[in-house]
Amino acid sequence: MTKLDQLEAQSIFIIREAYKSFKNLGMLWSIGKDSTVLLWLAKKSFFGHVPFELIHVDTGYKIPAMIAYRDQLARDLKIRLVVGQNKQALAEKRTFADGLDRLACCKELKTVALKNTLDGTGARRIYDPHRGAWEEVERGEPFNAVIVGVRSDEEGSRSKERVFSARDQKSEWDAGAQPPELWNLYKTEFAPGTHVRVHPLLDWTELNIWEYIEREKIPTIDIYYNQGDGKRYRSLGCYPCTTPVESDARNPQEIIAELISGKFRNIAERSGRAQDLDGGGTLEILRKEGYM
Amino acid sequence: MPTAPERMNIVITGHVDHGKSTLVGRLLADTHSLPEGKLDAVREMCKKNGRVFEYAFLLDALDDEQKQGITIDSARIFFKSARREYIIIDAPGHIEFLRNMLSGASRAEAAVLVIDAVEGVAENSRRHGLLLSLLGISQVVVVVNKLDAMRYDEAVFTRIKDEYAAYLAELKITPAAFVPASAREGKNLSAPAPDEMPWYRGKTVLEILDGFQNRAANDAEFFALPVQDIYRFSNDGDNRRIFAGTIVGGKITTGEAITFLPSGKTSRVKSVEVWNAPEKKSVGAGEAVGLTLSEEIYVKRGEVMIKANESAPVAVAQKIRANVIWLGAAPLTFQKKFLLKLGAAKVEARLDGIERLLGENSNSPAELRRHDCGAVVLSLSRPLALTAFADNQTLGRFVIVDNYDAVGGGIVQEVVIDQSARESFDSFAGVNQGGFEEELFALLKKYFPHRF
Repeated sequence: MTKLDQLEAQSIFIIREAYKSFKNLGMLWSIGKDSTVLLWLAKKSFFGHVPFELIHVDTGYKIPAMIAYRDQLARDLKIRLVVGQNKQALAEKRTFADGLDRLACCKELKTVALKNTLDGTGARRIYDPHRGAWEEVERGEPFNAVIVGVRSDEEGSRSKERVFSARDQKSEWDAGAQPPELWNLYKTEFAPGTHVRVHPLLDWTELNIWEYIEREKIPTIDIYYNQGDGKRYRSLGCYPCTTPVESDARNPQEIIAELISGKFRNIAERSGRAQDLDGGGTLEILRKEGYM
Repeated sequence: MPTAPERMNIVITGHVDHGKSTLVGRLLADTHSLPEGKLDAVREMCKKNGRVFEYAFLLDALDDEQKQGITIDSARIFFKSARREYIIIDAPGHIEFLRNMLSGASRAEAAVLVIDAVEGVAENSRRHGLLLSLLGISQVVVVVNKLDAMRYDEAVFTRIKDEYAAYLAELKITPAAFVPASAREGKNLSAPAPDEMPWYRGKTVLEILDGFQNRAANDAEFFALPVQDIYRFSNDGDNRRIFAGTIVGGKITTGEAITFLPSGKTSRVKSVEVWNAPEKKSVGAGEAVGLTLSEEIYVKRGEVMIKANESAPVAVAQKIRANVIWLGAAPLTFQKKFLLKLGAAKVEARLDGIERLLGENSNSPAELRRHDCGAVVLSLSRPLALTAFADNQTLGRFVIVDNYDAVGGGIVQEVVIDQSARESFDSFAGVNQGGFEEELFALLKKYFPHRF
């Protein structure tokens, strides 16, 4: 087996284990390359089916092309999609665009929105693939567990994550007190009320993701590629805080070359994400409070 | 440009403050594996906070780790050599975080054991050696670190080497090499140090890592597939009933006769199911697969599929002799019941006897305390399909869960044949053996044949 075969098999094992273990399982799906690979792996795990809901946290400030792509893909792939949003914060203008600092904005539009969507207290917009229509739900069933596409190489606190990682009732993460996790005998027994994050992509690097996209010919959103203006997005987020990088790469093959020996050989992936730069440990603080 | 097709996980172990994180940080810096600006950023941060720069700060990413100057949890760090991609697992050396060291080490195929030349062989140097042997990690390199503080004295190196080699020999570990090094000064990590240590003509740490072998996919061994789940997605007119799981050894081809253990039920492989991939007739070790069967039978998660016509050392056992590491806050005592997870199976189990503590000279202790390793006998509430660890790693290892906490792990030394095992387990009477579900399944199949 090649390393991509091994990574694929390991991730499928984890996704199947999550499906077997939790009654209300969802998968966070952010339109980006990692969650697109995750969706692909789910379809491989279940032979074309996706036997759980996908969840997208819409901050209201996502790059517009992402939302258009999301809605089209849900239609094309017949996916049941749950969209959550912190409508109150948007209505009360508690956002970076309205003068709030970046960290506080991430907390409002991502962490709080995610928590409320997962525990069912926040309103959900749901795409029903059978009717081909969206519906609004005021309160929903809580998710006991969500599959999340974070990778170890993205950031320090993610490099220390468990595959099955528990959150307390407030969605908070105690990074210093994680349980042992031996081999692939994941502990899937949790006390009632525990919320679990499942991480099938921890061992994948940014390069592995692109190598796999290339090998499997996985369709991806086109803003990852240079459309002729010498710019492309390397990491997707909200438009006020995410800038495209200068790059000529027009397809996965050229991105792979750029990562191996080209200009991004030693440049961190999230360097285009402004919220990571406001002081050290910012992402860790967000993650302890419940962010991905 | 092709990328390295190989990947290997390596764990860095050793006593606290013997320089594990420094070794990894230095290796990353020397092989230009760090993101641009990262080294400068950490130096700058140290200057601002009035601290001496350490390579370890590159890895100890958690806020508490940096404040306390200690590694708390294993980190996965990626780096590439000319030979392959690596995930370096930087494990904590503090005894309090042994569970994190184990979590890291259980994912590794090879290990670097770091010993401080000033302090010499310490408690956790020994304990980590023992745990590597318990986990079955046989590819080990020992780095005698901080030799710069001992003026690169060969005698210091030789003394530590002799002492530790003798200890590892007791554990039946033969290290690939002992390397005299200074991680902080970058000596003998990725580049040799002929000026400081002309007396050492061996390989650098990086050369030794590159020389380690990936665990071969055991395609040639006997076939075994622990059943992880059985799917029947009825939407979109799909009527396949798929047995899903990851093959832990050997190969199987459509048409072959198979047996499930412990139930003993038999069938034949009808098809290999795939999605968005070319049709397949054959699948092998390491693959996460889905199979359909010609004759529909009722089996549950946890059974192990083997070939009907192949002799496989998979036993149906209710009593095992095992080596266990105990991590629970409360000791493991006789008659205590807990959950044992092995392969895809989960069963109630209890401690029947402790033969001895491993790594110590204590015979027949009354309990296993936190961080103790012991040779024990365990009884299972119902028979389980398993092997000795030596025959198949996946079917020969288990974890112990007690009241939602993972409290230990172990590997199966051998099956204990005990005819009275069932009776002796009266206390488990009433455990549902699945008889009702099975009858229901047979009835459904009879009256709704088109559904199966």
